[in-house]
Amino acid sequence: MTVQKNILKVGKAIHRIDARSKVRGAEKYASDYYGQNLVWAGVKRAGIPHARIKNIIIEKTKNLTGVISVLTYRDIHGSNRQGVIRRDQPVLADDKVRHCGDAVALVLAEDQAVLKEALDLIAIDYEPLPGIFSIGKALEQGAPLIHEEHPGGNVLLKGDLKTGRGEAALEECDVVVEGYFTVPYQEHAYLETEGGWALLTEDGHLEITASTQTPFRDLAEVAEALGIERESIRIRAPYCGGAFGGKDGITVQSLLALAALHCQGRPVRMVWDREESFIAGVKRHPGSLHYRLGAKADGTLYALSAEVYYDTGPYDHLGGAILALGLEHAGGPYRIPHASIRGWSVYTNNPVAGAFRGFGVPQVAAAMEQTMDMLAAKLDLSPLEMRRRNAVHRGDKTPLGVTLISSTGLAECLDAVAEHALWKEKERWKASAGSSKKRGVGIACVMHGMGYGPIVPDYANAKIELTKKGAFRIFCGVVDMGQGNASTYLQIAGDILNQDMDHLELVLPDTEKTLPSGSASASRTTYTFGNALIGAAEALKKRILQRSAETCASDPNDGLTMVLRPGSVFHPPTGKEIPLSQIVRMLDESERISVFEFRAPVTQERPTEDENLRLHGIPHRIFSYGVHLAYVEVDELTGKVEAQRYLAISDCGRIINPQVFEQQIQGGIAQGIGYALCEDLVVARGKIQTPNLSTYVIPTAMDIPEMESIAIEKQEETGPFGLKGAGEIAIDGPLPAIANAVADACGVRIFHAPLAAGRVLTALEAKRGGKEVKA
Amino acid sequence: MKISFTLNGKKIRVDVPPDRRVLDLLREDLSLTGTKEGCGTGECGACTILVNGESRLSCLMLAAQLEGCHVTTIEGVSSAKKLHPVQEAFIEHGAVQCGFCTPGAVLAAIDLLQRNAEPTRQDIREALSGNLCRCTGYQKIVDAVQGGSAKLKKGQTS
Repeated sequence: MTVQKNILKVGKAIHRIDARSKVRGAEKYASDYYGQNLVWAGVKRAGIPHARIKNIIIEKTKNLTGVISVLTYRDIHGSNRQGVIRRDQPVLADDKVRHCGDAVALVLAEDQAVLKEALDLIAIDYEPLPGIFSIGKALEQGAPLIHEEHPGGNVLLKGDLKTGRGEAALEECDVVVEGYFTVPYQEHAYLETEGGWALLTEDGHLEITASTQTPFRDLAEVAEALGIERESIRIRAPYCGGAFGGKDGITVQSLLALAALHCQGRPVRMVWDREESFIAGVKRHPGSLHYRLGAKADGTLYALSAEVYYDTGPYDHLGGAILALGLEHAGGPYRIPHASIRGWSVYTNNPVAGAFRGFGVPQVAAAMEQTMDMLAAKLDLSPLEMRRRNAVHRGDKTPLGVTLISSTGLAECLDAVAEHALWKEKERWKASAGSSKKRGVGIACVMHGMGYGPIVPDYANAKIELTKKGAFRIFCGVVDMGQGNASTYLQIAGDILNQDMDHLELVLPDTEKTLPSGSASASRTTYTFGNALIGAAEALKKRILQRSAETCASDPNDGLTMVLRPGSVFHPPTGKEIPLSQIVRMLDESERISVFEFRAPVTQERPTEDENLRLHGIPHRIFSYGVHLAYVEVDELTGKVEAQRYLAISDCGRIINPQVFEQQIQGGIAQGIGYALCEDLVVARGKIQTPNLSTYVIPTAMDIPEMESIAIEKQEETGPFGLKGAGEIAIDGPLPAIANAVADACGVRIFHAPLAAGRVLTALEAKRGGKEVKA
Repeated sequence: MKISFTLNGKKIRVDVPPDRRVLDLLREDLSLTGTKEGCGTGECGACTILVNGESRLSCLMLAAQLEGCHVTTIEGVSSAKKLHPVQEAFIEHGAVQCGFCTPGAVLAAIDLLQRNAEPTRQDIREALSGNLCRCTGYQKIVDAVQGGSAKLKKGQTS
């Protein structure tokens, strides 16, 4: 049966379908459109962190040859506000600017050179306002307000959660440790900066092509912000050149739409350069965290107090939801009967923080997992034993008091680490360090919730069409930002419909063709859409086989015995084979299309009566789990830390495509190593001092060690083919695993990330001098 | 200014301002958008092209510098039907995720393998250290370059 050889079977490491066009340079990204008669659009940015706008002086710019139009907030006829939960971010600043990257004016020009000159000519007359550049300042009594109308003042969202007797139970512990941690900003640094193009068609339709994770949500935001009918907007989302959360929400979309309205039907292009991407794009939330963790003498965790502060910059941009997810994960994947978990997401005039792979979890995992090691040391337990004694199993309650009713494979991950050579041989490896080198090994346990939580509907609508040529066309509702979910969708459809690649087609997200299916985010992309796709594919398969039997076989019950083959329907009893291109003629247009909606299940438990926290996502029902292990070597002379080996053992349910899964894990680890060791966005009085890739250093091929990824393939009953989310969990582990390894190597803990050479050297010197370390 | 050079095996003559970036000449004027812009300042390697067989950053080159040169962009690496062995290896080893760094990485790898037919993993990591990738963690790219090396060797001996 050679014909069966190329069937896209679930579980096989099928090569991604997008890889071929990408290696040829043929794939068209949003920034690859130039077109005829193109207009270039660019943005004048605020340049200062907090000020009232008195006047925007554009006359000189308007008169410049080659300038088509200069637009300000006065040209916007909608709400001029965008945002996912709280719509607090202007398209173009009106009353005031709230961070250096705020967009103040939009210029349309004939070419790039004129555009640059025109932007330089715009002058803005400001009345400077006192800036808020730290969480502490923002929370001070009488602090200047960034959003005067916000009822919470400078606090975007506050959370206060308590289980058992809360922090009071710390007094009943035999051992308590305490740590103050800080975590830095992290820049997404996707290779493709924010960009796209737009066009107002003759019949008044606004067509936007953008590098985005969220075309359907963008559509609603653009319509409201600009005061345009939703129906007249179309957004297309090609493959992104990386996104990682940084394109979860509006970047260029509203600006491009506004530009297109003033281009007399000409296409308009806007692509941010790298510096603009740094200045205007969102980042991972920096934060400070205060942890107190207590256990009984036998190593059983007993009480936790966690205080979590995130600097969200001047706009919501999911900063509330990110805090909420952080709080939900603050106690890690452990049984802790008593916990007080409090958090604040705070407005400042610093750069905007927003969604970034991990979504508030890497920060708390860094604090919790280091605190766990501190506690293990005090109890004279190995870090692994400490975790094994407290790891959650299915049916246990989380530190939030929510019962884990879904698959829970942490204990299996820990068992696998214990059996792994890297764990067993660690002491020998450490002992063989060269001169002036210290070696250490660290582990970290992580969990990561999937989906939007209990209130915001987490749904997807899959659509499949049997084409007239007898192929199956999959309408991909969720963006593929590089993680390969579009390929995975074809694999799922191929498996169910028994098809090879030659009989499958893909339509990328397009608000006019594909159906609303939520964002490419929250580790929910394949879970939610995959489940919808299974429903759509099964229904279409049933219909095709039934109709084939009715038409071609003597007994209509033969529908039960007919099978799909690539491009055909086969009847084993008679050996008869009918091409799908023939079957399709028996189906009405509407019957050739199958649509199915899937809505992710939510937990019914209510760990909090705070409706606002529930709206922001607390609690989740399904979690992935992982244990990370890092080998590091520290140069005692320079303080440089090198990650030399890395192991991640993950429970993300069953794996649909092992190669694509490994891509997610390896990529997450690499970003996490950057977060742990070298990525340091320096911000001074609201201004980014490292706005390019030469001063903000991300890992190169020289900085990432060989990584090993092992999947504990535990079946998640609600998942498509048993799968759980795998997109984010890998970034939760590296910072704590590496920080624990560095502490193991140096005998001193560094509470502030990144663990850059200077910081490590200072700690080593302080230790040598016998001083208390305040690195 | 009129400039003559060989682009992907074909002699061409273009009339451009001498200070036009090669990246813009390729992408905007010649519609070869496989060459990507990731930073514009020579840090990321997404705009890598081959000039006289050696990898160069097209965002840091001006059009006038191309006079008389042989230029290969990603579009010139393979024919429509047959991929270059390095491209095949990138697909097979899962070295492609978002794909934005891929053309530059493929060209840097081809350049490396021309100079060093059997590089070690460390050689590969050094040679590709100028090509930033934010998706893969590089391991599968290193696998792919090794795979490409093996394919090229096999191609020569068969």
